[in-house]
Amino acid sequence: MVPATPLPTDALSISGLSLRYDGPSVLEGVDTRIVKGAMTAIIGPNGAGKSSLLKAILGLEPATGTVRAFGQPVARAMDRIAYVPQRAAVDWDFPVRVIDVVLMGGYRQTGLLGRITPALKARAADCLSRVGMQDFASRQIGALSGGQQQRVFLARALMQGAELYLLDEPFAGVDAATETAIIQVLKSLRAEGATIVAVHHDLSTVAAYFDRVLLLNRRVIAEGPVANTFTRERLAQTYGAGLVMAMPA
Amino acid sequence: MWQALALQAGYNAALVSIGAALLGAAAGGAGAFLTLRRRALMSDAMAHATLPGIGLGFLVMVAFGGDGRFLPGLMLGAALTAALGLWAVQRLTRRLPEDAATGAVLASFYGFGIVILTVIQGLGQGRPAGLETVLLGSTAGMLRQDAILIGFGGALVLAALWALRRPLSLVAFDPVQARLMGLSPRSMDAALMALVLAVVLVGLNVTGLILIVALLVTPAVTARLWVRTVSGTATLSAAIGAACGYIGAAISAAVPDLPTGPVIVLLAFLGFATSLLLRTGGRANA
Amino acid sequence: MPEFLALSLPPMLIASLAAIACALPGNFLLLSRRAMLGDAMSHVVLPGIVAAFLLTGSASGLVMGAGALLAAGVSALLIEVIARRAKMEPGAAMAVVFTAMFAAGVVLLETTGTDGIHLDVEHALYGNLESLIWLAATGPASLLDPAALAALPEELPRLAVITALLALALWSLWRPLVISTFDPVFARSQGIPTALVAAGLTAATALAAVAAFQAVGSILTIAMLICPPATARLLTRSLPAQVAVSLAVALIAANGGYLLAGYGPPLLGLPFTVSASGMIATLAGLMLALAAALPSQAAPARL
Repeated sequence: MVPATPLPTDALSISGLSLRYDGPSVLEGVDTRIVKGAMTAIIGPNGAGKSSLLKAILGLEPATGTVRAFGQPVARAMDRIAYVPQRAAVDWDFPVRVIDVVLMGGYRQTGLLGRITPALKARAADCLSRVGMQDFASRQIGALSGGQQQRVFLARALMQGAELYLLDEPFAGVDAATETAIIQVLKSLRAEGATIVAVHHDLSTVAAYFDRVLLLNRRVIAEGPVANTFTRERLAQTYGAGLVMAMPA
Repeated sequence: MWQALALQAGYNAALVSIGAALLGAAAGGAGAFLTLRRRALMSDAMAHATLPGIGLGFLVMVAFGGDGRFLPGLMLGAALTAALGLWAVQRLTRRLPEDAATGAVLASFYGFGIVILTVIQGLGQGRPAGLETVLLGSTAGMLRQDAILIGFGGALVLAALWALRRPLSLVAFDPVQARLMGLSPRSMDAALMALVLAVVLVGLNVTGLILIVALLVTPAVTARLWVRTVSGTATLSAAIGAACGYIGAAISAAVPDLPTGPVIVLLAFLGFATSLLLRTGGRANA
Repeated sequence: MPEFLALSLPPMLIASLAAIACALPGNFLLLSRRAMLGDAMSHVVLPGIVAAFLLTGSASGLVMGAGALLAAGVSALLIEVIARRAKMEPGAAMAVVFTAMFAAGVVLLETTGTDGIHLDVEHALYGNLESLIWLAATGPASLLDPAALAALPEELPRLAVITALLALALWSLWRPLVISTFDPVFARSQGIPTALVAAGLTAATALAAVAAFQAVGSILTIAMLICPPATARLLTRSLPAQVAVSLAVALIAANGGYLLAGYGPPLLGLPFTVSASGMIATLAGLMLALAAALPSQAAPARL
């Protein structure tokens, strides 16, 4: 792979990104770019380092290498990036209501000592209705189903007003209604010019949902438009030859 | 002090040292399983919850015209409220984090115990003087019959631990597997808690209820720094506890004004700190 | 009335302030599963006070308070280092540290003969709320008399300042505190220094514990850090409501407990009073038990 030199069309340019703990490496010299305004799926087998890649991009894992977002070091562009974890590691009994969680996404706008304004509240209600959860605003967060919780965390990300959204398996273990709601929100975000990156498991929906794929197995196997990158041959390289079943080519 | 260590400082001092050693071994052994089950602070709640029972036991015995300081009566009261405290922790844990439940029970039972103690002082009957030693243990030398009781109690707990060592290890290591093998983790936990309670009751006279948790936890976590197996941890922990009890009792017998319980606790901490430095000193935080 | 002003009002105010000072950080300790930190903190206050007295020879509340704060800081650091290095559960690390420091305090106290000052272990363990009286009070007019007010127990203004500080800190840092307690990963992605927030909460706990300890002893401190927030947790669904209810519970326990201890036994015809701090802790525990017995208000537990 050629080391990625930042292009103006990149939302993310990643070069030499490596991560290892005590055992074998999780990521080995990842060089790639994420194209602005597109929806990119990160695909690869279990243990390929997909979730770790998102966390390493965000600086949540102690990785080496460089990541630039919108041409800046990623730490300085954090206000333009939103992250939706696979299942937030939170205490689901915590005494917060759904609307409180969404309002947390407005933290950067209000800052350390800031107060919550009526305008902020109106925007939070708006974000909640975009994910179809307006009727649940004053429910306690633990009283929701898994899919509903996922939508609330997406609403919190919307509240951040980001330009780049990183989502870790947004469709894993959610109901059909949630999956439809989430994909509609993501597509409308793309229409507004945002960039979407999602770790994705379901190979059958890749072509319907995404513009581009990033095939990952600890290193980048390929990155490009779905049409010429999401091929049987590339998948065999990613997953290992024997494991590719009946795939839409 | 060397005389005391070599059991030559008199019959009484020798008995006290041996009693403290047996208690230390029992606490170390039981504590090893307790910390493996991640219930270290449960013993602290139990210890504090003995206080109202001791006070109530005293009041009841005085009310029936007896000597308020009759030890078995006090112990029975202590065991009852400690068990009640344990039950309360378990009930509260259904709706609250376990550490909050533990702390709440610890503080409110203890507070109630203090109320009872002030009631006893106010009534001024039945020789209440010295009842406060259950807080911090006996500062002066221990009596012969106390030492014998402590030694016997410690030996009984040790024997029970030995008998139950296999099921306790299994449950500590893998509760699910233990259940598949026909062991009930709940009843093993109950047995373990009963043994810990016995240690607490016996230990009250030596370290007092505030410091007894150190006898259970510190040798156990020290042993875990050296040994990986469950039975190895329990054995080493019992050995460390015995050594701390023995040396601590000897030192406090030889040096005036040195209270037994705190000295034992400080020795145990010294052992822990040394082990921690030896075992992780060379490595960076992993 | 003068008797109430002189003998009961100051201890009730002090108990109320101590209860509020403890309940404020207690709410967040509870939610971040660090409730037992209060247990550890209130035990290490003793060695801090003894060491400060031995080193400086001063029995002033400020010097000993500084010593206690230092000891609390050292213990928090030790617990953190030990839990990480030995990879043990925080509860075990706490037990190892606070028992060792408490034992050191007792040994220091017993071997150096610090009996001269009014500093004994039992006092430290259950406080002496009843002794915090205001003898200069002669009637309601004393409340406006600067000379009389100057003779109030020194614990009162000190606790008032510390409680106000804690309330101000909580009010102004509410959002970062809530966000990093609820979702530390998200908080970090929003640029909130979560480690600093956690350390700040530890410091607030230490401050509350030390201030309360000097006035009301260690049992009450632990009870007030844990019981009112836990009671409120069972009765409310949103965090602002939880904090508000915890303060109400704390105030009821503090004042109700004090009155019960002082006036209860005489009403029963008994010629003595019982420990006020013990009764306050008992009442706080009873209120928690009552809340736990009520049907659940909170959302059903996890899915």
